[in-house]
Amino acid sequence: MTRLPAAIAERATSLLVLLGAWEGAAWFAHSRLFPGPGIVLATLAEETIHGDLLYHLGATLARVAVAFALAMTIGSAIGIAMARSRALDALLDSWVVLFLNLPALVLAVLLYVWLGLTEAAAIGAVTLSKLPTVVVTLREGARALDGDLAAMAKSFRLSAWRTLRHVTLPQLSPFFVIASRTGLALIWKIVLVVELLGRPDGIGYAIQVFFQLFDVKRLIAYSLAFVAVVLAIEWGILQPFERRLTRWRR
Amino acid sequence: MAAVTVGISIDVSEKRYPGGRPVIALRNLETRIAPGEFCVVTGPSGCGKTTLLNIVAGLDQDFLGILGFEPAGGRSPRIGYVFQNPRLLPWRTVRENVALVRPRDHDRFEVERLLGEVGLADAADIYPTRLSGGMARRAALARAFAITPDLLLMDEPFVSLDRPAADRLRRLLVRLVTSRPLTVLFVTHDLGEAVELADRVLVLSPSPGRVVAEMPIELPRDRRRDRDTLPALQDELARLAGIQPGHSSLRIPSS
Repeated sequence: MTRLPAAIAERATSLLVLLGAWEGAAWFAHSRLFPGPGIVLATLAEETIHGDLLYHLGATLARVAVAFALAMTIGSAIGIAMARSRALDALLDSWVVLFLNLPALVLAVLLYVWLGLTEAAAIGAVTLSKLPTVVVTLREGARALDGDLAAMAKSFRLSAWRTLRHVTLPQLSPFFVIASRTGLALIWKIVLVVELLGRPDGIGYAIQVFFQLFDVKRLIAYSLAFVAVVLAIEWGILQPFERRLTRWRR
Repeated sequence: MAAVTVGISIDVSEKRYPGGRPVIALRNLETRIAPGEFCVVTGPSGCGKTTLLNIVAGLDQDFLGILGFEPAGGRSPRIGYVFQNPRLLPWRTVRENVALVRPRDHDRFEVERLLGEVGLADAADIYPTRLSGGMARRAALARAFAITPDLLLMDEPFVSLDRPAADRLRRLLVRLVTSRPLTVLFVTHDLGEAVELADRVLVLSPSPGRVVAEMPIELPRDRRRDRDTLPALQDELARLAGIQPGHSSLRIPSS
């Protein structure tokens, strides 16, 4: 455990150097369009307490949560079904490849055109962008399921529920984790674009407004708040979850 | 949960693995295993021993023939299966692996008692990746006994263990089996192991497997263990199986 404080010190130094360089550049540029970290952090605090930051952040996080949940459940179901049925795999494989390579921007524009500038279109676009990666990952996982363990479960007449919980899901869990991480990284980027194009709230919408007003300090403050939440979820939820799942390997 | 001793009647007219070049694993394999009998099946590699176990276990239902359990009409027998590889769940502790096969409302003490009986009381909380080969076999044995089986199926369970470890496990198995009403179907290619454990040895032919010889052994197990008896029994079995006396294994030597 002696290495942990050293790692923290290294990271802190690296961040301080970044802040210093930023402050120096801002001082040098001396422009309203290039605010230093001091001004941005003050804006961040101000917007959190008196402004709309929490409101927009909440709207974005709600979209992320719904799209993430939808993409994970539907994607897992499709992926596992494709691993188990050759016919389904043959039918859907090219669809998956098509959707994997379809830019999220195109999906968002098309859905807004077809469904109007609605919440359903926004969440649908985010979900559909993430869905194919989940399908591919879980298909891989389900194909790698251990037949010997399945035979063991069958010979001991384990119930379907016990087999799922103790035999099948633990084998799939690394793939759920991979799908969550890559999927979430993707969603964070797409959701802002979708909001920018056609929603009246959310971080993406706020960034569009600040862009039109050339309000760079708020633009950066909102982005930083968003990044902070992303990192908090990565470190606070996903990584501990992953450690819990892989406990038995140690 | 009282176990009833079950008998098995096996009549497989053909078991075929389909494919580009279909393989016939068993043909006209017919035998009856009496309730409470310890029956050892031996034969050359690839003669369908594991296939036979999978058919009896109900894992493989794609065969021509009849599989029956006695007493007929009773509930289907509880089957404990010890595989060639222990097939423990690596993400569950030893205790959880054993408890998994028990009914939901099971008596927790029973699991602890079994773990103690196989000598794993101190290893109950560790994950299988940390177990030695011998300990993993013990865990697999405990799991098979945890369902209070009527019928125990064992597929070369002690292969790839060193000799002392295999000896200890065989003695443990005999202890576990003799203290319970239980029918055992045990597959091995090791003739010494076969004559040490069996009430009756079945010898299968090379593929497609059928019973070509059988050898009942009346002598109680504890009186076979002296210096002369086991080798004599082993030679007799070797002669029945049609191989040179003195060879201990029916494995076809790779040339």
